[in-house]
Amino acid sequence: MLVIDDLWVDIGDKEVLKGVNLHVPVGETHILFGKNGSGKSSLLMTLMGFERYRVKQGRISLLGTDITYLPTFERARLGLGLAFQRPPTIRGVKTADVLRVCSRGEIAPEVLASLYDFNAFLDREINYGFSGGELKRSELLQLLAQNPKMVLLDEPESGVDLENLQVVGHIIAHLLQKQRRRLHREKSGLIITHTGFIMDYVNADRAYILSDGRMCCQGNPRELLHDIKNYGYEECARCRR
Amino acid sequence: MSEIKARAEQSRHKKAAFGIDLNLEEFSRQGGNWEYDPDYRQFSSEERSRLLTAGIELTDEDHAATFLQADKAIVHCQTRQPGVEVLPITQAVDQHSWVKDHLWGLVAVDADKYTARAELELDNGYFIRAEKGAQIAQPVESCLYLRTDRFSQHVHNLVVVEEGASLHIITGCATHPGVRSGLHIGVSEFYVKKGGQLTFTMVHNWGEDVHVRPRTAVLVEEGGRYISNYLLLRPVKTVQMYPTVTLNGEGAMARLQSILIAHPGCELDVGGRVILKAPHTRAEVIARTLAIGGYSMARGHLVGTVPDIKAHLECRGLILGDGVVHAIPELEGRVAGVDMSHEAAVGKIAAEEVEYLMARGLDEEEAVSTIVRGFLNVKIEGLPQALEEELEQAISETNKGL
Repeated sequence: MLVIDDLWVDIGDKEVLKGVNLHVPVGETHILFGKNGSGKSSLLMTLMGFERYRVKQGRISLLGTDITYLPTFERARLGLGLAFQRPPTIRGVKTADVLRVCSRGEIAPEVLASLYDFNAFLDREINYGFSGGELKRSELLQLLAQNPKMVLLDEPESGVDLENLQVVGHIIAHLLQKQRRRLHREKSGLIITHTGFIMDYVNADRAYILSDGRMCCQGNPRELLHDIKNYGYEECARCRR
Repeated sequence: MSEIKARAEQSRHKKAAFGIDLNLEEFSRQGGNWEYDPDYRQFSSEERSRLLTAGIELTDEDHAATFLQADKAIVHCQTRQPGVEVLPITQAVDQHSWVKDHLWGLVAVDADKYTARAELELDNGYFIRAEKGAQIAQPVESCLYLRTDRFSQHVHNLVVVEEGASLHIITGCATHPGVRSGLHIGVSEFYVKKGGQLTFTMVHNWGEDVHVRPRTAVLVEEGGRYISNYLLLRPVKTVQMYPTVTLNGEGAMARLQSILIAHPGCELDVGGRVILKAPHTRAEVIARTLAIGGYSMARGHLVGTVPDIKAHLECRGLILGDGVVHAIPELEGRVAGVDMSHEAAVGKIAAEEVEYLMARGLDEEEAVSTIVRGFLNVKIEGLPQALEEELEQAISETNKGL
């Protein structure tokens, strides 16, 4: 599904990714750990093609298509979808309008929203005055409408209370077709998480630790989380050496 | 000479408080001698589509009444529903003895050279009255039309909404497709009596070298409501106006909404002032200015003179490419117990907003359109379909200029 090959990225004068390699096969969900500032969000933003993230070297391909220098909207249309950690507010643009955009007018926002008790937000300006949990639900509903093949989630559980966490977990499981047997899944996921809570709802296949723009310590998600909890990120970085 | 005339004469050369000063002698007073036209037959299809973009449909259908003044001439004036009365102002003065007392009751004749000129060299204007208790469901359509190049049009309008009556006026101000320059001076005085309701939607679609000087004041009595919608989407040379609404009776309310686009070469100085003089009055002034190369001064002024009033001013400007938006929101509380607030923001479209929508599959142009449409998304009730389309058209053309 997604192949990243020796990716080097700058923001301004700062090097944020230093030779990242990653392969997420069809039907798999991978987890990205790493402390603050390690480059996790930068990786997802680069995958989405945002202007500030300048690719110096390397290649990104989605389902065999080289997307390294494609504009953002073309990546989205090819099947890449991102749930933002901190989505911007766009005044005057209603949540329903954005949902309509995501589904290219194919799904009525009301139908989608009623599945996750979100109808009250349809008429509100997108992300304006939303709580942490509401922001995440809004992001995930947009992805449901967009129906991407490769799902990128940037800290989907941050700022979410326990009750909402369950809803968020179920939506993500649905997005990634976790109800299907692995062989029949067509969607893949790459999820940034600090707490690993989301792994209670979504069985992940593989995890990585990103440290100072480099991938290190890949392995079983639960084992890696266990190591991070017990030994810290520094130890993981050392382990690589 | 009457006292009013004398005051006007003394102010013949008085500069306005705001806006660039115009030399009135540069404009012509030779307007066309247009004939009265009960069926709108004299209008070419080009003129019709021009007027349509100012919200003027040129039909008596679906309107409670219609009024059209081209240059000096009253070309059409028709009332179709009981309870509403529409006349040329000069005729109304002759027909109703009380009308005279309402003229210059709210706007000072000696405010500046423009008000003075409207008194000294009046062309005409409309008189619209909703009778006591009349609920006029269909809008009254009025049109002030500049049909001759370089003409200086001077009108004085009077609207009276009697007790408990309800009225919606759509005023379209436009120029003939062949007219490039000119001046429009429009004095408007609106009286909303106890429990009355007036919605006034004004659309400007002038020529690129046209100067516009409206002088509007509104008095709202106890329990009355005044809602003003102003749309300026097309190029004009200068517009300077600062309508003032006085909420004079308990529970009166006003909402002034404006959507302005400042095109290259355009200089706007547009504001809204509400004076809250009675308890439990409420006011809201909402302005959205989009600068795409032009200059826009966006003023707002709320004055609270008694306790237990509530008012909010919202002034937002968006600059696309070049342009200036200068927002001056003012709150003036003259006593303890007033509740007034304002929100002003001027900026450009944030790259992260564009990228957010692009991540949802919109290309850059579509993303910018969506954001601009959202920015200009002020709910205007009863906007004719043609105007909705015009707004949409203006937004899409705005993008092409980026």
